[in-house]
Amino acid sequence: MVNLTINGRQIKAEEGISILHAARKNNIHIPSLCENEAVAPYGACRLCLVEIKTARGRERLVTSCIYQVEEGLTVQTDTERLKMIRRMLLELLLARCPESEVIRDLAKEYGAEKSRLVEQSGNNKCILCANCARTCDEVVGVAAISLSKRGTERELTTPFSADFSEACIGCGSCAYSCPTGAISFEDVKGKRFIKWPHNSMDFKLRKCTVCGQYWAPEKQIEYIAKISGTPLSDYEKCPDCRD
Amino acid sequence: MPKVKSPGELEALRSSILKKRAPDKPVITICNGTGCQAYGSKSVAAAFFDEVKKQKLEAKVDVKTIGCPGFCERGTLVVVKPDDIFYTRVRPKDVPEILTETIGKGNPVNRLLYTDRATNQKVVKESEVPFYKRQMRLIIGNNGLIDPTSIDDYLAIGGYTALAKALKMTPEKIIDEMKRAGLRGRGGAGFPTGSKWESTRNAHGEPKYVICNADEGDPGAFMDRSLVEGNPHSVLEGMIIGAYAIGSHEGYIYIRNEYPMAVRHMSIAMEQAEAYGLLGDNILGSGFSFTIKIKRGGGAFVCGESTALMASLEGRVGEPRAKYTHTSEQGLWGKPSNLNNVETWANVPLIINKGADWYSKIGTKNSKGTKIFALVGNISNTGLVEVPMGTTLREIVFEIGGGIPKGRKFKAVQTGGPSGGMIPESLLDLPVDFDELTKAGSMMGSGGMIVMDDKTCMVDMARYYTTFLEGESCGKCLPCREGLRQMRCILDGITEGRGKAGDIQLLEELSATLVDASLCQLGQSAPNPVMSSIRHFRDEYEAHIKDHKCPAGVCKFVAK
Repeated sequence: MVNLTINGRQIKAEEGISILHAARKNNIHIPSLCENEAVAPYGACRLCLVEIKTARGRERLVTSCIYQVEEGLTVQTDTERLKMIRRMLLELLLARCPESEVIRDLAKEYGAEKSRLVEQSGNNKCILCANCARTCDEVVGVAAISLSKRGTERELTTPFSADFSEACIGCGSCAYSCPTGAISFEDVKGKRFIKWPHNSMDFKLRKCTVCGQYWAPEKQIEYIAKISGTPLSDYEKCPDCRD
Repeated sequence: MPKVKSPGELEALRSSILKKRAPDKPVITICNGTGCQAYGSKSVAAAFFDEVKKQKLEAKVDVKTIGCPGFCERGTLVVVKPDDIFYTRVRPKDVPEILTETIGKGNPVNRLLYTDRATNQKVVKESEVPFYKRQMRLIIGNNGLIDPTSIDDYLAIGGYTALAKALKMTPEKIIDEMKRAGLRGRGGAGFPTGSKWESTRNAHGEPKYVICNADEGDPGAFMDRSLVEGNPHSVLEGMIIGAYAIGSHEGYIYIRNEYPMAVRHMSIAMEQAEAYGLLGDNILGSGFSFTIKIKRGGGAFVCGESTALMASLEGRVGEPRAKYTHTSEQGLWGKPSNLNNVETWANVPLIINKGADWYSKIGTKNSKGTKIFALVGNISNTGLVEVPMGTTLREIVFEIGGGIPKGRKFKAVQTGGPSGGMIPESLLDLPVDFDELTKAGSMMGSGGMIVMDDKTCMVDMARYYTTFLEGESCGKCLPCREGLRQMRCILDGITEGRGKAGDIQLLEELSATLVDASLCQLGQSAPNPVMSSIRHFRDEYEAHIKDHKCPAGVCKFVAK
């Protein structure tokens, strides 16, 4: 365990965890959009920047979702300087995704109700935090979607920008991990529709042989059977109807 | 080719190479650098080879193609040694006359000599040309002496003596020598090289990697290119010494693929060094082994950033990561990795040969040695300039660079590449070193120097650099991607006559956010052109916004 101070409070934290996680465990709020405990830290949204002073007296701004706690660290999470940085970052996000409620609410919190910047259209709430692609790769293990191109042309896409990603199993993890609701899915009449910012795909769902409920996409079941080495016949019933 | 198995055998090899050479026999050297090639130096060289045969002068003269000596403005450059007769703007049709007059009769060809603009006098010797005379060409100077594809040429000028010397030293002693020399990274950040080597040496984990960053991407910068093309062995020798000091057995050279000659010359140099036993297993019989692979970069500016470069080396997308864990501890494939720039590596043999005491006398208090600058833009003498740290901008621009052509006035110089800053005339007496440039709101960067005359619009220049950086931002972090886009939009507006009150304020706020909040150095330094031009040329911004006028007459306004 290491001892550190966050906003004047003495805190003990497990070695190796990030400042953001240590703060969260102690009910200290640091805003963040791209942080997701299930995947490796990334540091793209920059909202979780905090001011630190190390035990040796070095002061700087660091990304709290990446920087690990250390003995004698002093952290400030809500200084005037940080508020100004976050306000501008949210103005940038507001200009990028004016239709996102999550962004609008967060921007309001930091006093950026209207962006002074050039508003864009067509980004469909996507802030390019890569939570979806990172989850698909690091957690699900299929890497069916990823970010492509560079800089302002960057976008979330399927391999070779095809309409259909062969690798996608329809699990919907991307939608669960999306912080702004840019990705969503819906199950209708035996089919799952996943909507990404720039395209959508549909997947056939499997029906439980006992209760008749549709319970998971066929492709996801095949994938789970494959990686777990279990026969497909194990998946005829939904989890609720299994013995 | 028999392998050289000891420092003694290396000296014997060197003597046998020198014995075969007649020091008094004239040699015609033709610059084969990329700049001169654009002027047609290949056909000049071909003409020399043909004409020597035709005039049956083989016994009287040797012909050699060399790397870029730096005076690109006057290419194709030809020097006749040992008399050091310097010819500029040589064309194939001039070749017979040079051979008959200079080699045959010993007379210089007057019309091809350089004319000193200050005195209007012809200058015969290369060393007397003002452009060269005021430089201290410790690193780039060797380019003019050797054929870069010949290891024997490099050995003839004392090549690999530093390696033989270093292998007899302890790694700790070498690191200590680097620290005392005060060498700082020439790639831009200026991190002390000795300390970096020490951290990598002391880091836990095997293998350790040594990397050469030859991903030069700044518009207008070509010093690393010229070193790799013109003297690849000096870079190799530096890397082998560094690897020995660090305890590494595997190295990579990351060269951008747009530099085909650099890739070719480095590949040849590596093959030759391996054939002689200077690279590979049991180097010079010391028991130390080191191999190097060349990786070609795909042309992304951001891949010059160390963590992005390592991601690219691993075969992943070249995007930077936060450097809270240094690459010296966890770099390439999570292993301790030491990355230095081309010019840094090329300084290493010099320091080992001449010693830290000698080296640390050159330069300023905290920036030692020389630095090569690529002097380009509105300048009379375009080319590569190597000067001791601490030389003033005025000396570089006016005395070496020959000032501004066409009788125009100096307005500013952009140092440090696209993410450096614009320095106005009032700061021309600034001694150029890492710290002074940073204080002036610019940076050393890799050493690009773009000179601008009074017909340059500073807002338009800021827009140009911001557009470049917007295109080269990897897009991973929000402030760099979206911030540069917005800054470019505002600058587009101002230069097209749509500037609004509050634009300068907004540019300043965005700049501050990029500096504070960007993930890597690209984003953190990207606002420099905008911030420095607002700081020094605010009146030009105001003229565009308030009066819809471009004082330099560059921006074409759309009628409102």
